[in-house]
Amino acid sequence: MDEVIRFRAAVALVGQFPVLAGVDLDVNRGEVVLLRGANGAGKTSILRACAGLLRVVAGEARVLGCDLTADQRAVRRRVGLLGHSTGLYDEMTVEDNLAFSLRAAGRPREASGGALELLGLTGRLARTRVASLSAGQRRRVAIAVLVARDPELWLLDEPHAGLDADNRDLLDGLVRAAADRGRTVVLASHEAERAGPLAHRAVTVAGGAVTGAPQAVGVQVVA
Amino acid sequence: MWRDALTVVGKDLRVEISSRVTTTQVAPYAVLVLILFGFAFDQNHSLLDQAAPGLFWVAVLLCSVLAVQRSYAIESADGTRDALRLSGLDPAGIFLGKAAAVAAQLVALEALLGAGVVILFGTRLHDPALLILTAVVATTGLAASGTVYGMVASGLRVRETLLPLLVLPVVAPVLLGATQAWMAALGLSHADGWRWLSLLGSFAAIYLALGAVWFSTLLEET
Amino acid sequence: MTGTSDRTTRLLGSAALVTVAVTAWLGLSVTPPDVVQGQLVRLIYVHPAVALACYVAFGLSALASLAYLWPRTRSRRWDRLAAASAEVGVVFCGLTLVTGSIWGRASWGVWWTWDARLTLTALLFAVFAGYLALRRTGGSPDARAKRCAVVAVVAALLVPVDHEATTWWQTLHQGDTLLRANPLIHGLQLWTMLLSFVAVGLLLAWLLLHRYRVEVLEDRFEEEGMAIAIAERRAEGALR
Repeated sequence: MDEVIRFRAAVALVGQFPVLAGVDLDVNRGEVVLLRGANGAGKTSILRACAGLLRVVAGEARVLGCDLTADQRAVRRRVGLLGHSTGLYDEMTVEDNLAFSLRAAGRPREASGGALELLGLTGRLARTRVASLSAGQRRRVAIAVLVARDPELWLLDEPHAGLDADNRDLLDGLVRAAADRGRTVVLASHEAERAGPLAHRAVTVAGGAVTGAPQAVGVQVVA
Repeated sequence: MWRDALTVVGKDLRVEISSRVTTTQVAPYAVLVLILFGFAFDQNHSLLDQAAPGLFWVAVLLCSVLAVQRSYAIESADGTRDALRLSGLDPAGIFLGKAAAVAAQLVALEALLGAGVVILFGTRLHDPALLILTAVVATTGLAASGTVYGMVASGLRVRETLLPLLVLPVVAPVLLGATQAWMAALGLSHADGWRWLSLLGSFAAIYLALGAVWFSTLLEET
Repeated sequence: MTGTSDRTTRLLGSAALVTVAVTAWLGLSVTPPDVVQGQLVRLIYVHPAVALACYVAFGLSALASLAYLWPRTRSRRWDRLAAASAEVGVVFCGLTLVTGSIWGRASWGVWWTWDARLTLTALLFAVFAGYLALRRTGGSPDARAKRCAVVAVVAALLVPVDHEATTWWQTLHQGDTLLRANPLIHGLQLWTMLLSFVAVGLLLAWLLLHRYRVEVLEDRFEEEGMAIAIAERRAEGALR
C-alpha cells in the first residue's frame, strides 16, 4: 500500500505561533482516518498543511509524493479541502460556482451535473445565487464542488457541522463511496462519536502534535 | 496561463454583472466627481475646457482605486482566497484575468466619463485615434498596477486606506502621460502626443510583466 | 550584541561628525558667497549631497528587495537591509524636498517649482512612505517581507519612467531647473561640495548600520520567543 501522507516532526507556523509543534502522521491509500481532539488542538492546521496551504517549516512532510517543505503548491491540484469556509462566490449562482471550480481544476463540465444531483441541488436551486442560500445549503454546494472535483485525497474539516441528519447520512455515504473508489479521506472532528464509525482508524491531536498510539475503530463507537 | 486568465475574467465579470456594483455605485460616483469639479471651477467654461483632459483622468484614477478595491473585496468573502490558491489556477493567469476584468470595467466607466466631459464641460473631441489609443494603453497600465497593489494590500485589515496610498503615487505618471496625450489630441497643447503614448506603453508593459511574475509570491503569503 | 553600537559605529559616527563640522565651517564661513545667488549658494553644500544619499538609500532598498525575492539568494538579511535603507532614505528624501523647496523659495519666491527632479523626489517620497506603512502591517515576517520587497522593486523600476515623464513635462514648460541655476563652481567651493558628499555619505552609513542592527535585534527577540512558544503549545496538549 503506498503512503499518501507522511509527516515526521512537522512544524508549521501562523505568524509566530506554532500551530503544529512536531506532528507524526502516516496515512495510506484508501484509508479513512479520523483526527480527533479539542478545539485549537491543531486538527485544522494538519488538514491545511496537507492541502499545501500552511507552510511546514521544519521536519518532514510528504503528501501524494510531493515534499511540502520544498514546494507546497504542487500538491494542491490533487487534494480537495472542505474547510470551515465554503470558498464560494456569493454573487454567483450555484451552477456558475461549480462551473468555475471545475474549469479551474481542468475537469469536464459534465461532472457538475452528477454532483448537483447527488446533493439535491437541482432545478431552481441550481440557478439561485449563493448569497440567498441557507448555511446548510451552502455547505452542500461546497460538498458538491468536492465531489465533482473528486481529488485523490479528501480533507474534511468538521464535515458534519451545519448539516441536518439526512444530509449527514448523505455525506457519510459519499465518504464511504470515495474510499471504495480508492480515494484517501482524512477527516477532523471533535465529535468522535458521530464521525468514529466512518473511519478505519483514529488519531488524537493535542497541543499541535499527534499524541498517543493510533487506535483502530470500526463499527464500534469510540469513547 | 491564458486559459486560466480567461476563466478568471469570466468569473470576475460574471460576479460584476450579478452584483452590479460598478454600474450602480462607481459610475454615479464618477459622474459626481465631474460635477464637483464643475463647482470647484465655478462654471468657468473656458477653464473647464482647458482642464478637461486632466480632470477626466483624475476621475478615472479615483475610479480605478474603487474598481481594484471591489475586485479584491469579492475575494475576501468566505475563504475564496484559499479556494483560489487551491484551485490549481496559474497565478499569472489569475493576475491577468483580474487585471483584464478591472480594465473592462474602467473602459466602460471611461466611455461614460467621456460623455460626461463632453456634456458638462463642453469639450469638443477630435483626433479620436490618439484619444482612444491613449485610453486603452493608460487603462491597461492602471488596471495592471492596481491589481498588483490590490494584491499587496488585500490580506490586510487597513487595506481600504492603504491601497490609495500605495497606488496613487505610482500611477501619477499615467495621469501625467494620459493628460498630456489628450491635451495634444484635443489641440490644447503643441506637445507630441504619441511620445507620451509610448511612455504609457512602457508603464503598462512593466506592470503587466511584474504582475505576472510576482503574483504567485504575493498570493502565497497568508 | 546587546546594543547597536560598537567600534565600527563609533568610528563612523566620529568620522561623520568631524566631516560634517568641517563642511559646515567651510561652507558657512570660508567659502565666498556667489555673485548671482548671494548667501543662498551655500545650499549647494547640503541639497545635492542629501539628494544623492536619498537615491543611494532607495536604490539599496530596491536591490536588497530584489535579492530577497530571488529564491536563490533569499535571506532575512536582505529584508532587514531593505527596511533599514527605506527608512533612512525617507529621512533624506524629506531633507531633499525641504532644502529644494527653500532654495526655490529664496531663488524665485515660490515654495515649489515643478522641477523635474524635485517632482520625482516628491513622488518617491510618497511611494516609500507607503512602503513604510506596509512594513507596519502585521502577519508573519516572511509574508510582510515579500509584500514590501515587491513594492520596493516596482517603485525603483519606475524611477526611469517617472524621470522621463517629468523631464518631458519640464521641457514643455521651460521652467528653470534647480541645477541649471547652479553657478560654475571651482576651487574651494568645489572641494567643499565634494566634502559635503563625503560627510553625508558617512552619516548615511552610520544611520544605516544602527538601523540595520535594530532590525537584527527585533528578529532575535522574535526567534527566541519561538522556542518558548513551541514548548508552551505542546504543554497545552499535555494538560488535557
